Amino acid sequence: MATIPADHETFGVHDEGAHEHKPGFFARWFMSTNHKDIGTLYLIFAIFAGVVGGAVSGLMRAELMHPGIQYLGVVARILGEKDASFDQQLHLWNVLITAHGLIMVFFMVMPAIIGGFGNWFVPIMIGAPDMAFPRMNNVSFWLTFTGFCSLMMSAFVPGGMGNGAGTGWTVYAPLSTTGSPGPAVDFAIFALHLSGAGSILGAINFITTIFNMRAPGMTLHKMPLFVWSVLVTAFLLLLSLPVLAAAITMLLTDRNFGTTFFDPAGGGDPVLYQHLFWFFGHPEVYIMILPGFGIISQIISTFSKKPVFGYLGMAYAMVAIGVVGFIVWAHHMYTTGLDVDTKMYFTAATMVIAVPTGIKIFSWIATMWGGSIEFKSPMVWAMGFIFLFTLGGVTGVVLSNGGIDDNLQDTYYVVAHFHYVLSLGAVTALFAGFFYWFPKMSGRWHSEFLAHVQFWVFFVGVNMIFFPMHFLGMQGMPRRYPDYAPAFEHWNSVATVGYMIMSVSVVIFFVNIAYALMFGRRAEGNYWGEGATTLEWTLSSPPPFHQFETLPVIDTAAVH
Amino acid sequence: MSLIWRKEGSDVPTMNIHGKFRALGKAFVWLGVMLAVVFTPTVASARPLQARTLAIAAQAADSAVYVPARPVAGKGQPTPGGWTFQNQYSPTGEEALRMHNALLLPIITVITLFVLFLLLVVMARFNRRANPVPSKTSHNTALEVAWTLIPVLVLVVIAVPSIRLLAHQYKPAPKDALTVKITGYQWYWGYTYPDNGGFEVISNILSSDEALKRGEQPQLGADNRMVVPAGEDIRIQTTGADVIHSFSVPSLWFKLDAIPGRINEKVLHINTPGVYYGQCSELCGVRHGYMPIVVEAVPRAKFNAWIKAQGGTIGAPATASASTAGAPAQPRV
Repeated sequence: MATIPADHETFGVHDEGAHEHKPGFFARWFMSTNHKDIGTLYLIFAIFAGVVGGAVSGLMRAELMHPGIQYLGVVARILGEKDASFDQQLHLWNVLITAHGLIMVFFMVMPAIIGGFGNWFVPIMIGAPDMAFPRMNNVSFWLTFTGFCSLMMSAFVPGGMGNGAGTGWTVYAPLSTTGSPGPAVDFAIFALHLSGAGSILGAINFITTIFNMRAPGMTLHKMPLFVWSVLVTAFLLLLSLPVLAAAITMLLTDRNFGTTFFDPAGGGDPVLYQHLFWFFGHPEVYIMILPGFGIISQIISTFSKKPVFGYLGMAYAMVAIGVVGFIVWAHHMYTTGLDVDTKMYFTAATMVIAVPTGIKIFSWIATMWGGSIEFKSPMVWAMGFIFLFTLGGVTGVVLSNGGIDDNLQDTYYVVAHFHYVLSLGAVTALFAGFFYWFPKMSGRWHSEFLAHVQFWVFFVGVNMIFFPMHFLGMQGMPRRYPDYAPAFEHWNSVATVGYMIMSVSVVIFFVNIAYALMFGRRAEGNYWGEGATTLEWTLSSPPPFHQFETLPVIDTAAVH
Repeated sequence: MSLIWRKEGSDVPTMNIHGKFRALGKAFVWLGVMLAVVFTPTVASARPLQARTLAIAAQAADSAVYVPARPVAGKGQPTPGGWTFQNQYSPTGEEALRMHNALLLPIITVITLFVLFLLLVVMARFNRRANPVPSKTSHNTALEVAWTLIPVLVLVVIAVPSIRLLAHQYKPAPKDALTVKITGYQWYWGYTYPDNGGFEVISNILSSDEALKRGEQPQLGADNRMVVPAGEDIRIQTTGADVIHSFSVPSLWFKLDAIPGRINEKVLHINTPGVYYGQCSELCGVRHGYMPIVVEAVPRAKFNAWIKAQGGTIGAPATASASTAGAPAQPRV
């Protein structure tokens, strides 16, 4: 951890008066080149997309509460399809699951955790005035936003049996090519192109910023772990997204220009698409969770009032996760008819990831060990993260076994697993980071009481949604089903009740934001006290419009 | 190789854990039976069908006549409120279930509880009141090496039976094994018997009422079943006619994608006669949730009778006179 020699008055606050000139509303928010404003835009966008994606999952949970089709016809009518036929209703179901996946992955978690917190705090934490390419930073955001618009538009144009793309977020060929006539899937693919291009530009920006704009004395091995996590994530984005772009471009030409990359009738292969998709898709799940690891490390250290235990091990564990994450992709394809040796290799390689992940879990606990822990809301969310992520991680060890996965592939067990690491892992890290930095970003205090209440309601709700899904999966309930055998009703009903509880926690969250913005008391520069040692705590809350015009000097004698 | 694992599996402590889960499974079977008894009135209308099948059975000179069997609660299908794996009826399924229940589940439970325990200890001992002055320790090489190497050892312990299980699952079928070619269509299944004249059985979902009449769970019942002999290796080949489907039967630990332009092959061995249910397990369009799989395993003699009833041949090489049993129909829901 970097320790800051000077008091916070040194940076930013003094020159505030001279440089606080802000552009007008339109220029500031629509043509922004300020990393903090762009970060804020990303966060607002991610919250909006999260509400949309969360509402979609609410429709899904309502439909799944009991066997039979209850609400899909109503939803179809709201979306403009009057008297939807049975097949149109079922198509709508596939549109909902597709939209939920794409929105949550590309337009909620990634914009919030990389675009939002990454933009806000990476430059500040390394003592830089802004990102390396401020204009490109703006382009990244608006590409992501346009991508979201393209995805929304896809819901209102024909996509086969009804409106919208019903291919699943994985967009497997040939369902996404010959199986889905109409422009909806093209719109969805274009959405991925746009947001993918935005993410690649963002990744280039982060890598350049972190390598070239660190303040004097801020060596790589002194960087806060959040910056490390974003650096590794940026490399994963840079190396994996072009592969996705290639794969979905081939889908587009297969769909529209008569190529047959994935069509066996022309010598193509549907499984090739899966290899390409998951070569991107597996690093993608680490893209979503690694910045969360970084956030959790900062929070645990701050509230234990101790430096992070095993800093180098923590940093290189993330590097190891990133590297190994690129060579395990086919564990998503165990049932596609892989060769036995291939399956054995991917089983063994996948298990290896448990080792660096274990290092991180145990290092967080060791950081707390011997600490003087204050249970402020970010710390409670972070500890919740450790438990939930562990639970999601161990079921990953079960699924890594190719022979075991033969039964669990494409069942609710998999749904439970990846929601424990993402919905309960990444999202819990997002909330932890939000309450950690919200007063810093806005200058106003949220209610700590409401943040605690929200945690407990959320914790009970999400466990009730997703833990029973392990049972459903082991009993054999497949994913992406709008209807099911009566034997599966019990745990599905429990999960839907869990969703209702979880949605209360979201209401509490919005009440808390509204309270903070309207009545919140002003936050000082370092409101978390002695444990908070990274550079953002040397600035005022909110930080000046331009910070570090005089570069801070990091104490080179500081040891971890 | 498999013997070693079987010996480990019979160790006293692991058997205890295993036994507990067996007991749980039995409890759910009983629950299923009781529920079936409670809900008998809903299937009372099935009686004429039963009477008819009994009459057909009486007509036959021996018992080797195929009559669609009624499913047994808790066997080959999910149980209401069930929260474990379904009981397994294939050798590799039994091996996989044993590995999960005796090895994986205990390990992941212990790890999760251990992390939870450490979190609780940390909360109790190292909060601000109990420990006002934080330590400055941030390194302990021995500890770091330990929490790297111990997980590696645990993973090796898991990897050995896991790799062995894969080897068993990939054991090729004997040359003379029966071949069943399974084709996934949007949205029904076709079961072709190339060794028996190459006829194809088309299998569509039953309406809920019809399924209940036949004693099957709604969404799981199909009009025509994939009938195979019990107790012998069967060569399963899967392919997709339009998009990717996946042939999956949870109680046989069997799942194999049906991909256009490819033929996937895997051995299926069903230990005992019975009805085993599954559902398509790869998103394949609007009626993905409406193409159930029903496998019925019968004794060899009965299987031969079924082949003859379908117009197929036994023992003779596949002929060109491929007939189709059951016209391809749009699924009714």
